[in-house]
Amino acid sequence: HMCMYVCGTASEFDRDSAFHFLFPPWQCSRKNRVPTLFSSTFSSLSPNQQPFQLSHGTTTLGFIFQDGVIAAADTRASCKGLICCPISQKIMPIHSHLVVNTSGSSADCMLWEWILTHEMRLYQLRHRKRLSVNGAAKLLSTMLHPFKDQNTKNVLSTFGGRSGPRVCYVCSDGLQLKGEIISVGSGSPYAYAVLDDGWRWGMTVDEAVALAREAVFRATHWDAYSGNNVDLFHITAHGWRRRDREDLKEEYYRERERKSKKIKEREKERQKREGDELGEGDIYSVHCG
Amino acid sequence: MMISARAYGDNGKMKEHHYTGPVEHKFSPYAFNGGTVLAVAGEDFALVASDTRLSEGYSIHSRDSPKCYKLTDTTVIGCSGFHGDCLTLTKIIEARLKMYKHSNNKSMTSGAIAAMLSTILYGKRFFPYYVYNIIGGLDEEGRGAVYSFDPVGSYQRDTYKAGGSASAMLQPLLDNQIGFKNMENVEQLPLTLEKAVQLVKDVFISAAERDVYTGDALKICIITKEGIREEIVPLRKD
Repeated sequence: HMCMYVCGTASEFDRDSAFHFLFPPWQCSRKNRVPTLFSSTFSSLSPNQQPFQLSHGTTTLGFIFQDGVIAAADTRASCKGLICCPISQKIMPIHSHLVVNTSGSSADCMLWEWILTHEMRLYQLRHRKRLSVNGAAKLLSTMLHPFKDQNTKNVLSTFGGRSGPRVCYVCSDGLQLKGEIISVGSGSPYAYAVLDDGWRWGMTVDEAVALAREAVFRATHWDAYSGNNVDLFHITAHGWRRRDREDLKEEYYRERERKSKKIKEREKERQKREGDELGEGDIYSVHCG
Repeated sequence: MMISARAYGDNGKMKEHHYTGPVEHKFSPYAFNGGTVLAVAGEDFALVASDTRLSEGYSIHSRDSPKCYKLTDTTVIGCSGFHGDCLTLTKIIEARLKMYKHSNNKSMTSGAIAAMLSTILYGKRFFPYYVYNIIGGLDEEGRGAVYSFDPVGSYQRDTYKAGGSASAMLQPLLDNQIGFKNMENVEQLPLTLEKAVQLVKDVFISAAERDVYTGDALKICIITKEGIREEIVPLRKD
C-alpha cells in the first residue's frame, strides 16, 4: 500500500482525498479515532519521536523596488549538524513572472513547488489568464491548510511583475503577508538588518543587486545554517533573469583584502599627518616603520 | 551517527545522572541498523559501494548483508538506515519497475527511477521510511548519474555522495578528492574508473577504522555500458 499524491482542485479536499497519509502505530491506538487530516485535536508527530531530523535552516529574502523585484537566497541545505547539500537551489521559477523562495524541509518545498507550478498552469488553461500573485498566495495558503497541524513548516515567498512588483509571504500555519521587504529563515534577522538599512524605493538595479548580495552575505557570515553560495533573481515586466551563482567564500576573502588595504591607507595617512604636525627631526616621534 | 550533545547540559558541564525511578519505554517502530553507502558518477561509469555489516545497538546481526540492490541493467540503489524499511522499499521499487516494464515495454531510466522514488518516499511523509537512499546509474546519454535522497523524498542529482552512518566522515574526503574543494593550484583531471575504484576502497577502509557500524566487507557495483560488475573487498571485522 502506497499513498500516491494526485494533483486536485479545492473541491477534492474531503475525507477521501489523496492527502491520506499513514500515521505511526501509537497514534492509531486511540479508540474510535480514524487518523484524518481534519481532526483538530490530532497531535502531530513530535520531533522527539522521529529518529532523524529533516533539512532546515536557510536565508532567503525578497524585496520590491522601482524596477521590479529581487529574490535572493543562500544554497546550503543542512540536517541538524551536517550540511547535506552545499549547492541546493532554493529559488524556483514557477512561470516567467513568478518565483518562489522556499524554506523548511526540502522534501516539502520540492513537493509544494511542483504542486504550485501545476495548479498555476491548470488555472491558466482553464481561465485563459494567469493567476495574480495575490491569487497564487491565496491558492497556496488554501492548499497548505490541511497540513496546518503537521509540523511541515513550509514557508514560501512569491514574487510577480505583472500587476506591478509584489512580494508575498505564505506560511503553512495560514499566515499571509504582503510587504516591501520580506526575509525568511534562520538567517533572516541578519538579512533584515542589512535590508532595512539600505532599502530605498528609488534604487537602481545595480544597487538593489548589491544590497541583496550583501544581505545574504552578512546572514551567511553569522548564521551557521546558511552559507556556501548566493542565488539571485531579478524579475521585471519582461520576466525573470537569473544572476550567476556566486561563491561567498571569495567575497569573504575580498572583503578581508579591502579591510587590510583600508587599514594600511589609514596608517599611512596618520603617519603623514603626524609627521607634518611634529615637524622635522622631532626626537619624540613614536613611529617605527 | 553524529556525536550527540545529550550528555552535556546547557552550561557545558556534564549532566549528572540520577535514578529517577522506573521508566516506561514506548514501542518505537524504528531501529538503526547501521551501514554506509557511497556512489560516484564518472564520464561513462557509475559506482555504488556499500559495506556489508548489519548491526543493532552493540550487536552485529550479520557480516554479509550488502546494501546495494540491483534494479535494472543500468541502475543500482544503495539503502542504509533501518533494514526493515530498506527491504520493503526495495520490494516496492522492484514491483513498480515490473509494472512500468509491462505497461510501457521498456525499462525505467535512472532519472525516472529517482523521480518515482521521491514520490514513494513522500507518500509516507508523516511516517517516513527510515532509509537513506542513493541511486547510481547511467543516464540516457550513457553518462554516470548519482541521485541522493533524504528520508522523505527530497532529491537531486550529484557527482558523488556518501550516505549512512559514516557519511559525515566520507563526504568531506570525497569533496576534496573528487570535487577538488579546498585545494588551490591543482590540476583538475577527470576521474577514471580505476582511480575511482581505488579511492572508494581507501575511503571505506578509513571509515571502518573510525565508525563502529561500518566494516566486515565492502561490495562495489561498477556500472558501465557493458553491464554491472561486482567486487568484494574485505574490511576490518572488529
